[in-house]
Amino acid sequence: MAVIPALLVQGVQMALVLLLAPLLTGLTRKVKARLQRRQGPSVIQPYRDLKRLLHKDVVLAENASWLFRVAPYVIFAVTWVAAALVPTFATGLLFSWSGDLIAITALLGSARFAQALAAMDIGTSFGGIGASREVMIASLAEPAMLMIALSVALIAGSTQLSTIADYMAFSAVGLRVTLALGLVALVIVALAENARIPVDNPATHLELTMVHEAMVLEYSGRHLAMIELAASLKLLLYVSVIACIFFPFGLAHGYVIGLIAYLLKLAVAGVLLGVFEVSIAKMRVFRVPNFLGAALMLALLGVLLRFVSEGM
Amino acid sequence: MIALPLGCIVLLMTLALVGAVVARTASGGRIVYGGSLAISLALLLIALLSIGGGSSTVTLPLGLPWIGARFQLDPLAAFFLVVVGLGSAGASYYALGYGRHEPEPQRVLPFYPAFLAGLTLVVVAADAFSFLFAWELMSLASWALVMSHDREPGNANAGFVYIVMASFSGLALLLCFGLLAGATGDFSFAAMQAAHPSPGIAALALVLALIGAGSKAGVVPLHAWLPLAHPAAPSHVSALMSGVMTKVAVYGFIRIVFDLLGAPTWWGGVIVLAVGGITAVLGVLYALMEHDLKRLLAYHTVENIGIIFIGLGLALAFGANLLPAAAALALTAALFHVFNHSVFKSLLFFGSGAVLTATGERDMDHLGGLIHRMPKTAFAFLIGCIAISALPPLNGFVSEWLTFQAILLHPDLPQWGLKLAIPADGALLALSAALAAACFVKAFGVTFLGRARTRVAADAREVDGYSTNAMFVFAALCLLAGIFPGAVIDLLAPVTQALTGAHMPKQLDVAWLSIVPVETARSSYNGLLVLVFVTISASLGVLAIHRFASHALRRAPAWDCGFPDPRPQTQYTAGSFAQPIRRVYGAVVFRAHDTVTMPPPGATAPASIEKHIADPIWDALYAPIAAAVWWMSQALNHLQFLTIRRYLGFVFAALVILLLALALWQ
Repeated sequence: MAVIPALLVQGVQMALVLLLAPLLTGLTRKVKARLQRRQGPSVIQPYRDLKRLLHKDVVLAENASWLFRVAPYVIFAVTWVAAALVPTFATGLLFSWSGDLIAITALLGSARFAQALAAMDIGTSFGGIGASREVMIASLAEPAMLMIALSVALIAGSTQLSTIADYMAFSAVGLRVTLALGLVALVIVALAENARIPVDNPATHLELTMVHEAMVLEYSGRHLAMIELAASLKLLLYVSVIACIFFPFGLAHGYVIGLIAYLLKLAVAGVLLGVFEVSIAKMRVFRVPNFLGAALMLALLGVLLRFVSEGM
Repeated sequence: MIALPLGCIVLLMTLALVGAVVARTASGGRIVYGGSLAISLALLLIALLSIGGGSSTVTLPLGLPWIGARFQLDPLAAFFLVVVGLGSAGASYYALGYGRHEPEPQRVLPFYPAFLAGLTLVVVAADAFSFLFAWELMSLASWALVMSHDREPGNANAGFVYIVMASFSGLALLLCFGLLAGATGDFSFAAMQAAHPSPGIAALALVLALIGAGSKAGVVPLHAWLPLAHPAAPSHVSALMSGVMTKVAVYGFIRIVFDLLGAPTWWGGVIVLAVGGITAVLGVLYALMEHDLKRLLAYHTVENIGIIFIGLGLALAFGANLLPAAAALALTAALFHVFNHSVFKSLLFFGSGAVLTATGERDMDHLGGLIHRMPKTAFAFLIGCIAISALPPLNGFVSEWLTFQAILLHPDLPQWGLKLAIPADGALLALSAALAAACFVKAFGVTFLGRARTRVAADAREVDGYSTNAMFVFAALCLLAGIFPGAVIDLLAPVTQALTGAHMPKQLDVAWLSIVPVETARSSYNGLLVLVFVTISASLGVLAIHRFASHALRRAPAWDCGFPDPRPQTQYTAGSFAQPIRRVYGAVVFRAHDTVTMPPPGATAPASIEKHIADPIWDALYAPIAAAVWWMSQALNHLQFLTIRRYLGFVFAALVILLLALALWQ
């Protein structure tokens, strides 16, 4: 029976993304701090934060409903499943066919839905502002993501990430306009979806500029830990998606090489994200639609090019 | 098998007469809705049993003397009978408990079974005369239901717009059938199938079918009646109108275009794709601007009709290029969405009806915090919101996923129109899915979450058992269709086989109950596994927390960055929630803008903000027509006060002109 080892590999993947996610967040923070000539917290600080949050009391607003208490677990579970469906160090995992890139996008949509609802549950104005801005950003980022999925699927002939990664690794794909457009769009979407600068600032608590932080303002203790972990997982997920579509090196050479390659890719992505974030300023909220609209149009252009010409 | 649905129709018509008699009695509602429930369940059972069988026809000596009335039950009709039976069974059961808040709930009793009979009759009719008769019966009965609260402001207007649009739709279909019947004038569907209309006639018939059936279904720009009429009716009727009647209109379109017209054409696909894409996005944008819960849901019906038409357009495009397997996939996606939308839209209208019963309010800005007061309704409504937002693992996602798979299937179609329309529709579909999620965060968040904004919302009580049970059954259906989509797809196989000559591969044989439209390497989705994974992951999270983390929990006032405001008016409302989206999309589509008036420093006058939204379609299309009709009736008004001599003179002049025209013609 080949099922047991396959199940084991799938389990390893799930554990791996969960364990590595806070490290990626920590690395990005460290890089940013060093570039700002600060010492910065250690790269394992996110783990310490999670531990600290887990041991704190939950302070729940008086009129919070069951939805507010369930949402963190839903957000965490959905994001974790989505992250586990992305090939990280190997393709063709046991359950990789249970959801394709469209399903992964939609799963992240489910997480966002839960988060936005939880933000509105207490009935504070900050919850409302966060939720309403988040859905505005998502209303552009999600179609852009789906268009990227479509354009990549048109090239690889599949929406399945494993198949796409294999296709990109083995076939002579070459340089394609569609792929270039898709990469730029995907990076923009990843920045927006993960609430990074220039769309949102993960470190801010300045009232009028925050989006993601406004939504989780009322959370504390173990609930906040779940949400923070889910946010880290989401960042890791996007890095994994970019890596497996556009840089599928090492995925086909066994688990050990695949794992080393994956760790390297994560490190590079963390450093690049840190460098990018310190070198750009945050946008005003109503500049964001232009930024994301560009991603949507680039991705749509990529799809159109594929329909018009096979070679693009 | 055709005799059974016809028997149900006869029973329903009898029940309508009974309803007229017993309307004033105390148990009138129970008799009518109980009877409708039993008949609808029988109909559902008949339809489920006959969907895989062949077609059976019957000609009855009714209607026009030299034609007779033909009825037919083929797989397509059987599938839509499933939708009709399920929707009306749910609405009838819900109605058993509904209506406590209504002043005169008995007013709808005679018309309700007649409406169900009309819906059923449209689906089984097999000649143009019976079809149009059933179509008008459906329109008139539902018009009577819309007018049941005729004293409420706006409802008379809603009824008027509805009846005008319904007549218009009937007229377009009449012309369409007239073209299809051809010179021989044989109105039976069998004769129309056998005849092969010339390309020009086929083109005209397609456009007329799109106008006739589309205006009933609510495609933009013919949707104007829908957000007026659907909310005006009692909620169980709204559920039927949105969930079932629009689907019967889609049935009319499919019957004419896929069955009667013969070989599809690619430009027909382009037209339907364009209409579908625009309808989907505009429908959801209208819904986002809305703060009336039932109007919001009605606009969302427009969006979902757009998604269905995208699938139908793809099926036409693939059919025209002789790709039957791809056409079958696209048609399956469209029909799956027909089923899904009928389920979750009924559920959501039941929920809005429950809110209306409990609070008497449809305006979301007067609600809030209902999750505490109506936990069952809130839970069921939440399931409906997740399903309609196309989020996994519920059913709405599956049909949209299938539509995306159909879009991806053939980028190599030769026609340029399709090369541009198909990817553009992909983008519009993605956009409408994301906006739908935003819209239902708003609908659920403002209505059920937060703090109560008014006294009535704060004092709301959970509704009766019939209503909550009906909602829970439909919520369970949303989940079941989402995790076992293969069963629905297999059920649709005979339908697509009959219409496109192909069907999707059998799904229930696939390992682990995945769905695989083409092949596993290409794409697959498994809602059941996704649900199991999410459940396991969430349980692992909960277990770990309970094992390792602090269990302590304190209740405290909301923090809100240190500035909590106890007044519930400081919460986000429907309007403020949609403000970013209004600014991003509405500025273009609705010419939306805000006017802020600030008093000068030191003045004590309050500041004010006004939002302005224009309805571009009403302004560009309906308002000019209304103005023209008004102008013409004013101009013709003089003719009303003439002497008998002058009238006779007019008759004479008309006769002379007609005879002259005839003479010149020959």
